Amino acid sequence: MSLITTLARMEAVRDGRARPVATVRHRHLSDRPLVFVPLTTAGEAGAPLGALVGTDRDAPRLLVVPQPRNRDLRFAFLAELAEETLPYLDSYADAVDLEERKETDPETGKKVPVQVELCADAPQLLVPSAAGVAFVRLLGRSMRFRRTADQDPDTPYPAPARVPLLGRWLTHYGERSRVPGSSLLLSLTELLGRHWATGQSNLEDQHLGSLLAWIDPPAGVTGPEAALRAESARDAGGQLLCPPAGPATDPAFDNKLLAPAIARYDAARAEVGGGVAGGEARLRLAENGLRELIASQLRPTWDALWHGVDLLRELPPGERVAERWKRDRWSFTGHRDRVRAGEPPQPKRDDAVTAAQKLAARETAQAQLEAQEALDDPLVMAGRRLAGEAFAGEVTEVEMAWSEAKVPRPRPLVTVVTEDRPQLAEQVKLYRVMADGRTQTGEFAGAHAPGALVVRLTGGMGRGKTPEPGSVPEPGDRTCWTLFEHAPRGGPELPDAESTPWTHGGPPEAVMPGPAPDPVTEEDYL
Amino acid sequence: MTGTDCVDGGPGTAGAVHGDGPFDPSAAAARATDAILRDTLRGAHRGVVVDSPPGAGKSTLVVRAARELAAAGRPLMVVAQTNAQVDDLVDRLATADPDLPVGRLHSSDPHPYDPVLDAHPSVRASAKVADLAGLDIVVSTAAKWAHIKNVEPWRHAIVDEAYQMRSDALLAVAGLFERALFVGDPGQLDPFSVVGADQWAGLSYDPSASAVTTLLAHNPTLPQHRLPVSWRLPASAAPLVSDAFYPYTPFRSGTGHGERRLSFGVASDGSGPDRVLDEAAVSGWGLLELPARRTPRTDPEAVTAVAQVVRRLLDRGGASVSERSEEPVPLTADRIAVGTAHRDQAAAVRAALSGLGVRGVTVDTANRLQGREFDVTVVLHPLSGRPDATAFHLETGRLCVLASRHRHACVVVCRAGVAELLDEHPSTEPVQLGVTVKFPDGWEANHAVLSHLSEHRVPWRP
Repeated sequence: MSLITTLARMEAVRDGRARPVATVRHRHLSDRPLVFVPLTTAGEAGAPLGALVGTDRDAPRLLVVPQPRNRDLRFAFLAELAEETLPYLDSYADAVDLEERKETDPETGKKVPVQVELCADAPQLLVPSAAGVAFVRLLGRSMRFRRTADQDPDTPYPAPARVPLLGRWLTHYGERSRVPGSSLLLSLTELLGRHWATGQSNLEDQHLGSLLAWIDPPAGVTGPEAALRAESARDAGGQLLCPPAGPATDPAFDNKLLAPAIARYDAARAEVGGGVAGGEARLRLAENGLRELIASQLRPTWDALWHGVDLLRELPPGERVAERWKRDRWSFTGHRDRVRAGEPPQPKRDDAVTAAQKLAARETAQAQLEAQEALDDPLVMAGRRLAGEAFAGEVTEVEMAWSEAKVPRPRPLVTVVTEDRPQLAEQVKLYRVMADGRTQTGEFAGAHAPGALVVRLTGGMGRGKTPEPGSVPEPGDRTCWTLFEHAPRGGPELPDAESTPWTHGGPPEAVMPGPAPDPVTEEDYL
Repeated sequence: MTGTDCVDGGPGTAGAVHGDGPFDPSAAAARATDAILRDTLRGAHRGVVVDSPPGAGKSTLVVRAARELAAAGRPLMVVAQTNAQVDDLVDRLATADPDLPVGRLHSSDPHPYDPVLDAHPSVRASAKVADLAGLDIVVSTAAKWAHIKNVEPWRHAIVDEAYQMRSDALLAVAGLFERALFVGDPGQLDPFSVVGADQWAGLSYDPSASAVTTLLAHNPTLPQHRLPVSWRLPASAAPLVSDAFYPYTPFRSGTGHGERRLSFGVASDGSGPDRVLDEAAVSGWGLLELPARRTPRTDPEAVTAVAQVVRRLLDRGGASVSERSEEPVPLTADRIAVGTAHRDQAAAVRAALSGLGVRGVTVDTANRLQGREFDVTVVLHPLSGRPDATAFHLETGRLCVLASRHRHACVVVCRAGVAELLDEHPSTEPVQLGVTVKFPDGWEANHAVLSHLSEHRVPWRP
């Protein structure tokens, strides 16, 4: 945790209210996000219990699995989820812009410009917490390899038609959310935690209710009081007043309310199976009871999530957020194309080359995100300055100088007076944003006096012997120099998967890497 | 550990350096080196792995292997991890054999390599690999090699500091060579990633793992050797470092007790820094313990204490005697290093040193001190003044690097209460399926070092 975040958290404790740690919004927020609040069954990995899903905050769609251990009911839930989600995803697939991109011509091997489609906007999925993101991944994994009756008439328990496709999309969104700064799939706790510091620990910040309590407590109550209430206050029946944001449920709810309700449902279902008179009505009653019960757990989280969205929308977006969102649009477009081209679902595990490529891309994204957030937000930059990674100050002196080369280049020496204490050594590279938005490079050339730092400009001044007008700061200008690059580049190209070297096990097997699936046992049909 | 251990007889337990029969460090080291060269030059395997504890002559081995491969008419590429390592290696190669044609492949940045290399007539430096074609040896960083495409693969490569190289970096360069000698120190800092890589944990080719881990996972039969003698660490330090960080692959010091001595021309003034220096001069270790307190990372008192120890070290006219010279050699600033865990701590120490008028002392983080050697080191303990012990601060390699850079003595500056802090923060890293658990873990190694240091404790209230 950086010093400035520590300070913000201490101030939050002192004030009893969260402190902002950003002055702009650092993630893209769609005008029409799809909000997904899932609940899962305790002790049953990957068995959803219910969900609220939709784009309209006043009319979420409630999906419930009355008996989570029943495979057919689970499939029915997933089919309904696909019915709600896929049209939303599809609605972004056809509005496209044309972009020019360089691609390698397979015949000549040369890079040639080609026109490609880029979706004009992309669908955004919001979940309450980091555990919700993990649940999206889990659902994706559990669905994408399912076979439908169309694909394989012999498959036992064929999946409903669109379920495997939803699995591929959720997998894509889950995987994309691992890229720093990406916004296709976001959790509210992470979003709010990026913009506010509370007086509680990071672990406690995972609780959406208590996080919101610190950020926007009800009138007349302090943050810690409201957070305590959100976390642990219970009604006379022993139920939490503010149910957890899921996907895990509260054990008291499971034991006292959910288990009896499911038992009533099971009993009614058995009656229907046994042809008992009035069983149908009791089954409907039991199912409605379960729907109400699960909705009572989901609705507070749904409202809290939208409350968080409202708070975030009050912040203006950072300047470079759209640039990062464009990469999300590329990601969405790329997966759209793979689905349209009939490619198989994402493999179970990445091969060596894919894993290395993903890691490299994410490290680049992380470096870019850190730089862009600082450039977009003076408060973030203040943190970097405090950490010695940047400095800001007034230019007091500019001395023209040139490089010692056949064709001398301008290398003006700019003195910047600052109270910051950057971690500088001779020839450390420095960067600043110029008035026209380009980045100017420089290097540290010593200090006249403590706090009077000399920067030798090395770039951004055009090609001539004299610098272009406006490219050299003038005495009286305020400049902010960073020790980090503004647009860090990615690493080298990796070999193709087919030429994976011997050190990494050689080329992956052509089809479906990894061991054969576990044999089906009787337990699979319980 | 799998593979063959080629050190005949083994060096025995590291605790008993002398006295249990004739142990000839030179002979043991020579046997190990011969076996390594035999496997490298004439072995049937595509790879050879050499584990080298701190100061065991890894660079010497690399230089020798490179020269013998070149002499056998097998041009080779050498992969190191940083530009400083590459420059150092090229300098050593050219010094060892002034006629050997060596290429230094470098980046196209300004000041891409150490100008020292220009003094060697047989060294050619270029940013283009084509300019270096036909040279016996071409040396560069892994990052630069990764950009080389469409060249005839080298028949042989040496990968230096292979335990600090990440698996994905090896993936990017492994297509350039047919077979390779991998050399490194398994006890130093593991490579790391600034983003999460948990999703690949347990895969044999986890891109965030070390290159050697991936290599051995896919090629478990490769011969593995290790160098049995540390020439750098004094007899006072080798047993501790060996026991704490290499419990299953012990090593010994090349010198015995009393062969290295540190003395001061000026007597102690009785202050904490002077007393801890006297203790370190006698025993090889010193712990300057400040009162317990929770502090920011750049704890001003601890930073000042570090700077004062260095200042007194220079002021008191330190002189060292070692196997290198009979006559006492004055301890100069360039033979002293200060090691910290964080860069801001290093910056704070630099500022404090320049405030005391000290110049020329190396001050850096553990990461950047890897592979370096000094006479005396002063270490700001990674856990000093902390309220918690995170995985970063507990990392075994970090402490190992800091505790194994010195030829004579190591002074650790620390706030009291670290043992209690450790007990309050047992390791809680999740266990990942398929990932080999590293022994010892940082928690245990920290306790081992701390309990040894406590025997050389000098409490001081500044």
